[in-house]
Amino acid sequence: MNFVAGFRDPELAGGLISRIRSMSKTPVRLMEFCGGHTVTVFKYGLRQVLPGTVEMVSGPGCPVCVTANADLDKVIYLAGIPGVIIATFGDLIRVPGSRSSLQKAQAEGADIRIVYSTTDALKIAAGNPARPVVFLGIGFETTAPTIAASIREAEDRKIKNYSVLSLHKLSPPVIRAILASGEVKLHGLICPGHVSTIIGSHPWEFIARDYNIPCVISGFEPVDILQCVDMLVAQVEKDESKVEIAYRRGVRAEGNQVALKLMDQVFEPCPAYWRGMGEIAGSGLKLRKAYERFDAECIFDIKPGPVYEPAGCICGDVLRGVKTPLDCRLFRIQCTPESPVGPCMVSSEGTCSAYYLYGEDNIGE
Amino acid sequence: MCLAIPVLIKSIDGKEAEVEMGGITRQVSLFLTPEARVGDYALVHTGYTINILEEKEARETLRLLGEIAALDERQD
Repeated sequence: MNFVAGFRDPELAGGLISRIRSMSKTPVRLMEFCGGHTVTVFKYGLRQVLPGTVEMVSGPGCPVCVTANADLDKVIYLAGIPGVIIATFGDLIRVPGSRSSLQKAQAEGADIRIVYSTTDALKIAAGNPARPVVFLGIGFETTAPTIAASIREAEDRKIKNYSVLSLHKLSPPVIRAILASGEVKLHGLICPGHVSTIIGSHPWEFIARDYNIPCVISGFEPVDILQCVDMLVAQVEKDESKVEIAYRRGVRAEGNQVALKLMDQVFEPCPAYWRGMGEIAGSGLKLRKAYERFDAECIFDIKPGPVYEPAGCICGDVLRGVKTPLDCRLFRIQCTPESPVGPCMVSSEGTCSAYYLYGEDNIGE
Repeated sequence: MCLAIPVLIKSIDGKEAEVEMGGITRQVSLFLTPEARVGDYALVHTGYTINILEEKEARETLRLLGEIAALDERQD
């Protein structure tokens, strides 16, 4: 079966658009949490086909974008330690920290390897037993189990030169922080599909219960997003707030229990610092004490120096859904994908990048 | 970054599997989905299967959406 084509079918999209248009009476502001959803919304022009009553705002679901400069500085400091090999997903390499980026560090001689999977990082570690290999653990609940798996595998295969700098972030706590701040009024949440593949639907229930905000878990194709909007608008019009799964082929209510158990064995929740939101309790993951020999924070003395934020950059406000890139003085002028000032322009799923690439007709709205 | 791609599991060797996506085959780890069987469709994220796709649910969703689209055409 083809799991993609049907969910890009223009006829199915058309049916949903008509139904949303006829059903939507109450003006609503819906947030798509996930950067992957933001890209689908822009790439397929979904904002343009929705009725005027449906406003879409982008959320903080881009792991590279929410990584704070203080953490980026740690990464760049580690890359500068002689002998260290940094293994990382490619998204991170161009993101500027306070003074440099991994790309600049690489040009200055740091050994940085872009990998597709932690299994590749383990191969590098096994092939270079005399050199420490640090994997940059950046990502939400979708990615964290794969990194936990690599630590377990390093343990089993006795790979002693492999470690992880854990900068993982958890999704429900940041949504709670955004809602608790009251800065942005939301009437519905498009919950992240692949995060929910791991955590299931139950961790979102507090949003429907405590904030009376409808939640629907969505897949990543344009028809998935329209189906999700249709279900959210239906809940609003019926004055309901519950958690529903639209992405039924990819998400079970209980999530992936094997992955959750593995994450819990290797990691424990910790406070984490988010760009634009500051420290949020219980929103990060650190390695448990039993695994501290794989924890780069314990192995290396990381002292990156004072933190600077780029002047004029409003990525933090964009990530909270309070402002859009069009409110930024740097957008398209000083900040472009070729020469990014803030991380939301660097990452392919950053909101600024999506506006830059696909949002031309939004200018002046 | 939470991108995950649907693949077909072609063969399994211990915790590793050969999978096919759009005519390309590659090796992935089944560490997170020990229940995987040859012939299953799975979502792959950064070299790991993160769940087994529900083919029945996908067909049911498409059927329901087809009904919505058909209703829309009748109203036109």
